[in-house]
Amino acid sequence: MSLELNAITKSFGALIANDGINLAVNDGEIHAILGENGAGKSTLMNIVYGLLQPDSGEIKVDGKVVTINEPSDALAVGIGMVHQHFMLIPVFTVLENIVLGHENTSKVGKLKLHEARERLMKIANEFGFEIDPDAYVENLPVGVQQRVEILKALVYEAKVLILDEPTAVLTPQETDELIEVMKRLRAQGTSIIFISHKLREVKAVADRITVIRRGKVVATAQPSASQEELAALMVGRPVNLMPDKNPPKVGAPILVVKDLEILDPSGRALVSDVDFEVCAGEVLAIAGVQGNGQSELAEAMVNLQSHVRGSITVGGVEIVGKSVHESLHEGIAFVPESRELNGLIGSFSIAENLILDTHREAPYTKGFALSPKAVAIRGEEQAKEFDIRYQSIQDPVSSLSGGNKQKVVVARELSRPVKLVVASQPTRGLDVGSIEFVHERILAERDAGRAVLLFSTELDEVVALADRIAVMYAGKILAIVDATVSREELGLLMAGVKK
Amino acid sequence: MKKVWERIAGSALLPFLSFLLAFFISGFFIAFSDANVLKTVGHPGKFITTALSTVGNAYLALFQGSIFDPNLTAGHGFMRGFYPLSETIVTATPLILTGLAVALAFQSGLFNIGAQGQFIFGAIGASYVGFHFTFSPVLHVALALIAGVVCAALYGGLVGLLKARTGAHEVIVTIMLNYIAGFFILWILKTTTFLRPRRIDPIAPDVKPSAQLPHLAGADFRLHAGILIALVAAYFVWWILNRTTIGFQFRAVGANASAARTAGISVSRVTISTMALCGALAGLGGAVHVLGSQYALTADIGGSFGFDAITVALLGRAKPFGTVLAALLFGALRTGGRTMQSNTTTPLDIVLVIQALIVLFIASPTLVRFIFKVKNLKTNAAMTAKGWNG
Repeated sequence: MSLELNAITKSFGALIANDGINLAVNDGEIHAILGENGAGKSTLMNIVYGLLQPDSGEIKVDGKVVTINEPSDALAVGIGMVHQHFMLIPVFTVLENIVLGHENTSKVGKLKLHEARERLMKIANEFGFEIDPDAYVENLPVGVQQRVEILKALVYEAKVLILDEPTAVLTPQETDELIEVMKRLRAQGTSIIFISHKLREVKAVADRITVIRRGKVVATAQPSASQEELAALMVGRPVNLMPDKNPPKVGAPILVVKDLEILDPSGRALVSDVDFEVCAGEVLAIAGVQGNGQSELAEAMVNLQSHVRGSITVGGVEIVGKSVHESLHEGIAFVPESRELNGLIGSFSIAENLILDTHREAPYTKGFALSPKAVAIRGEEQAKEFDIRYQSIQDPVSSLSGGNKQKVVVARELSRPVKLVVASQPTRGLDVGSIEFVHERILAERDAGRAVLLFSTELDEVVALADRIAVMYAGKILAIVDATVSREELGLLMAGVKK
Repeated sequence: MKKVWERIAGSALLPFLSFLLAFFISGFFIAFSDANVLKTVGHPGKFITTALSTVGNAYLALFQGSIFDPNLTAGHGFMRGFYPLSETIVTATPLILTGLAVALAFQSGLFNIGAQGQFIFGAIGASYVGFHFTFSPVLHVALALIAGVVCAALYGGLVGLLKARTGAHEVIVTIMLNYIAGFFILWILKTTTFLRPRRIDPIAPDVKPSAQLPHLAGADFRLHAGILIALVAAYFVWWILNRTTIGFQFRAVGANASAARTAGISVSRVTISTMALCGALAGLGGAVHVLGSQYALTADIGGSFGFDAITVALLGRAKPFGTVLAALLFGALRTGGRTMQSNTTTPLDIVLVIQALIVLFIASPTLVRFIFKVKNLKTNAAMTAKGWNG
């Protein structure tokens, strides 16, 4: 089935999210839509799926104009969508989630599932999906949950499948599996619209690439285009994907971790036998697949974990047993893994978020009183220094884009006197321009003689920034290797294979 | 200045529309529960006029019973007509303070169901100092107030301590502590320390005149200085929340506890201090109630001040000044409801219907938006829904 969008325009108030967008998706094609956060990709897809109505323009399916007022209309013409945040009910089984909204019942209202089950298994076999229809969704890994979403669309005969940032939530392995699934779907004749801002994946899987910038189609590229070319199209200027790195000037050890063990409340070890050092002027990256104890280890650096044994010293001062506040003030900058959840208070203003850690100090606090004026002045200074784009410093931080939100976190954390920078997934979900900014900032800290401890699941990022790489697997550090190590070897270590 | 006004108008719109709707719908309840109206069902014309006059009379009585009653001016002068307003304020005063105790907790992400118990402890503390000791007038009032505040702050702080140390959910703990306070006052009023001499029913001696809050509008009106205390407390809560370091921490924990923790704010310290402060406010309410209008501690001193406080805080959108207005409204409904019951055929229970409907509409902004076709209605749904899952 082919899908054609002609001159789709959609505006929200003064903001034109989609400005005369033309797009053609051919039968059995994987068509990537590449663009930064806020470029208008999701708006466009929500229009196609009937969640939004365009101000003007038309949608054609197999050459015929269709009107799509709501998702059921989209499903009826064969358009299915897998959202970035899954629309599944965790306490329902796979089968129950799939029949949801299309339940077949007997006359007395009893749910008839056997037909749906047969249909699900038939489709799953056809496309080569292994799935247990009676498993509860909450017990499934994220990658499998995503496959349930895809199956759901396929069961209702979607011929065009929209995948909205499908890899944002996946581990590298799961991403590879998803790419395989996409290729299989293509082989069976399903067209896929693949929305992403990750260049490597887009290149790996797409047949054609449409680049959107500020609501307009700026180019249609071939997957043979280089990452630099694609990034430049996306951002509108040449982008430095591999930041320039000066040779490290390594100084004395700043962070020394010895015999560290982190337990969960029931006493099970989440992290054990961890020993390492980070010196002034170097970046130690902790690589590994999500869920191997990195999150806990990162949190332990500022005492956000409560059951910790062993020793962590920063500049010779023992951190274990101190409060979070005291740890931060020993000279640790901490960029948490989730800026929405742990980094920022969404309803607080930008200025307030910038002093979340230092609000009890002068000039913000005098005695008991907090001076909103001093907070605002400081906020404006910091926003300027870190290039945070905002309308008013009193706006809630939740109104900022992802990149600017992360800049708020980074600005706050680097504004204290810092010896050690702990950054956990600092570029997760950011666009190319913001990633560049964060990377440069991290390297600038390293060159200024700070010790940097970077936690990242993105191999590209680890390789680009690290001087040494520690790979975590099953709560232990499997090996600490030099940054010149090959990707293959790193991949093996991340899978737990040690030579 | 215009912007500030727009902001106030914006956030007051939902409560105001809910208020209108509640009165409109309660009109039907009044009409259809009235025997005279029901008799005329067969005659449409007569039915409508009777219904309208019944509802009109009920609401007129509600107004006369709560704000101004011209019947009272005869022989006593014009000002005497405001006697109901004085009663409204006397009823609203403790409610403002308990409402603040709930609103402040909301701002820190806590659901304080325990204002009732904290109120009772405040009343006990103030009463004891009020009747047992003798001091010079101003000092005596101050000490009695402080005693009430301290008792209740400890009682509220206990909740915070339990939550911070053991993770016990504050909703459960406060509900249980309300029972304990309710039975504690029954017991204490039977002890020789508290039981009024030559009485067997549970009542304590009147607090000494030196501990009584002064009247503000002469002996004819019960209006006392408690309202000033309540207004200062409301301002104090606003100041704490918006202009102090500790208030910043309260709001930070309320809005996103894990981000607050990551930035080095101690969530347990905030929980304990919030609950202690909430206890202090509710306790001040109890103290003011005893020292301003009741004078004697009785077993039912708490009334429903602590429970209505939840509704009041909700109606006031957990904002200090909103809470003051909401408490005044509830005070008016309560006092006016009594006049309505005695002067018309409409029962006092209609007031509960009105209160319940107001809350119902506030909690369902989509409905109000639909009925009045207003866009951009400022809602605070997070507040209504939060708190239960800790």
